[in-house]
Amino acid sequence: MKRFLPLLALLALVISIQLLTQWTGTTYYLTQLTMSGYYAVVIIGLCLLMGYAGQISLGHAGFFAIGGYMSAMLTTRNLISFQNQDWVVLLDKFGLLAARQDLYGEAILAFQPWLAALIAIVLAGTIALIIGIPVLKLKGHYLAMATLGFGIIVYRVFLASEIFGEADGISGVPGFPLLPGVIVTGSFGARVGNYYIAWTLVIVAMVMLINLINSRVGRALRAIHGAEEAANAMGIDTARYKLKTFVLSAVLAAVAGVFLTHYNGGIGPSEAGVMKSVRYVALVAVGGMANLWGALIMGVTLNFLSLRGFFGSYDDAVFGAILIVIMLFAPEGLLRLNLAAKLKKLFSGGSRK
Amino acid sequence: MTILEINNLNKSFGGLQAVQDVGFGVEEHRIKAVIGPNGAGKTTLFNLISGTLPFDSGSVVFKGEELRGLKPYQIAERGMARTYQNIKLFPGMSALENVMVGRHTRSRAGFVAGMLNLPATGREEAEIRGKAMELLGLLEIEHLADIEAGSLAFGQQRAVEFARALAAEPAMLLLDEPAAGLNMNETAEVARLISKIRDLGITVLLVEHDMSLVMDISDEIVVLSFGQKIAEDLPAAIQQNQEVIEIYLGGGDD
Ligand SMILES: Nc1ncnc2c1ncn2[C@@H]1O[C@H](COP(=O)(O)OP(=O)(O)O)[C@@H](O)[C@H]1O
Ligand SMILES: [Mg+2]
Repeated sequence: MKRFLPLLALLALVISIQLLTQWTGTTYYLTQLTMSGYYAVVIIGLCLLMGYAGQISLGHAGFFAIGGYMSAMLTTRNLISFQNQDWVVLLDKFGLLAARQDLYGEAILAFQPWLAALIAIVLAGTIALIIGIPVLKLKGHYLAMATLGFGIIVYRVFLASEIFGEADGISGVPGFPLLPGVIVTGSFGARVGNYYIAWTLVIVAMVMLINLINSRVGRALRAIHGAEEAANAMGIDTARYKLKTFVLSAVLAAVAGVFLTHYNGGIGPSEAGVMKSVRYVALVAVGGMANLWGALIMGVTLNFLSLRGFFGSYDDAVFGAILIVIMLFAPEGLLRLNLAAKLKKLFSGGSRK
Repeated sequence: MTILEINNLNKSFGGLQAVQDVGFGVEEHRIKAVIGPNGAGKTTLFNLISGTLPFDSGSVVFKGEELRGLKPYQIAERGMARTYQNIKLFPGMSALENVMVGRHTRSRAGFVAGMLNLPATGREEAEIRGKAMELLGLLEIEHLADIEAGSLAFGQQRAVEFARALAAEPAMLLLDEPAAGLNMNETAEVARLISKIRDLGITVLLVEHDMSLVMDISDEIVVLSFGQKIAEDLPAAIQQNQEVIEIYLGGGDD
């Protein structure tokens, strides 16, 4: 299986990095690598949408935030005062609620993380479906603006809602026990385990997306991207394929949002912000658009640097600048850059179409 | 048996009546040609039949079913495939992949099957690839399989587009000026190929503004001029038709 050799290499790299940080006593790097892994899931999903199906979304931070905020809200909202109401009793009976104590010893009864995650992800997918139907009829700039509008709405809703903690966001989100002993949590002792959880998710997502782009569906998506009219005439329901891809990438963003929120123990409105969406688009672009590996590599590297504070207070500006530079010099992305030729062309006075 | 029945078809673009009250039928397993000078409305007629453009009035009945309101992909699913006057291949995909896309209506794997790459999906992929290679072989371009479609020579691109349409194993094939831009040898080649396709049991509706190609291979010919049908007959009779001769000799618009 030739297509999976790079994935084995990735797995080896993931393990090597963990061992290296252990030997050098620098396991603190794993925290940012875990977070970068989750962001990478958003980015490769967006890469499928932008690079393969040819549809832009400037609202993907919105889907990430819907995933994160919904699971945060559902797993922290204390239902103890409703515990005698029928619906709470019923949920409890089916094991859908989880009781615990917060930091101050107060008893909390809230949604079980699995159920919360499921609700959050289904909600994000449903919203993607509902807005995707009208919005994906648009093309180019219009699609960009419509998805940007969606992202702004989501941001404002989270910022303005008391139930989502307004400007403070939601904190105190409990760990997410995926399996017995496998818990998505930011607690100090679980650092190595959580690094592996995140990168398992990345690898699983990569396997599925690599399979997809090499399948009948992937061919159909590339055909739509290249010549939509002819694709339709060959029997491809172009509107449906675009919509399904949009929903799939929104779901991946929401899954990442759920995981990262449990890992961080909370989520704030900046995760829903437009600058986050721009960052995701910039990272897909810098990775080479129709290049899952490029999106993954650039996404992890640049997010890691950003999380380490490498860009200082210019953080958002850096990603904006990356987008501009890529569009000017290397629309095919950095990893396929033939810089010398591009520069020559640019300075010979030629202009791009 | 009539496989395609067109009645009183009308289409205007603003003030221009591109197709006016056109009607004719196409018999199964035949080659029918639509000829006429440039701008006669031939491509527009194809766009109406294949669902690319909606028509203003009239009807198109394919295999007993009215096509009005169906999207192009739905018409393709019903067994109609087409090629374009100005070739529309999928850029950035190899010749083989282009033809594999043509197999879309004959295969099933969806998003979930694609992501999981189930054994059945793998078998289907192999079938798609095999069939596509077979068609590249039929068109004698199997050596071009892995070359990016956009970088092929013009005649080769036409062949790939042909193979892509055939990959759907259509009941009916619409060919819009398949010989446009080809030299005489290549045109003769295309003529042989179209006859071969008919012999495979596929009905062919062919648009051409060059009479030489169609006279030899067509079973019947419809002549369009300024959006209207002015004649419909056997090739020999069309060749003798005074009005047709006048259009072709007198029109001289290209
Ligand atoms: N999409 C369109 N919008 C406006 N006018 C069109 C369009 N398509 C074709 N036409 C016009 O309709 C007429 C018929 O064109 P066409 O069907 O391409 O002719 P043919 O294929 O016989 O050369 C021409 O006058 C052409 O300019
Ligand atoms: Mg034409």
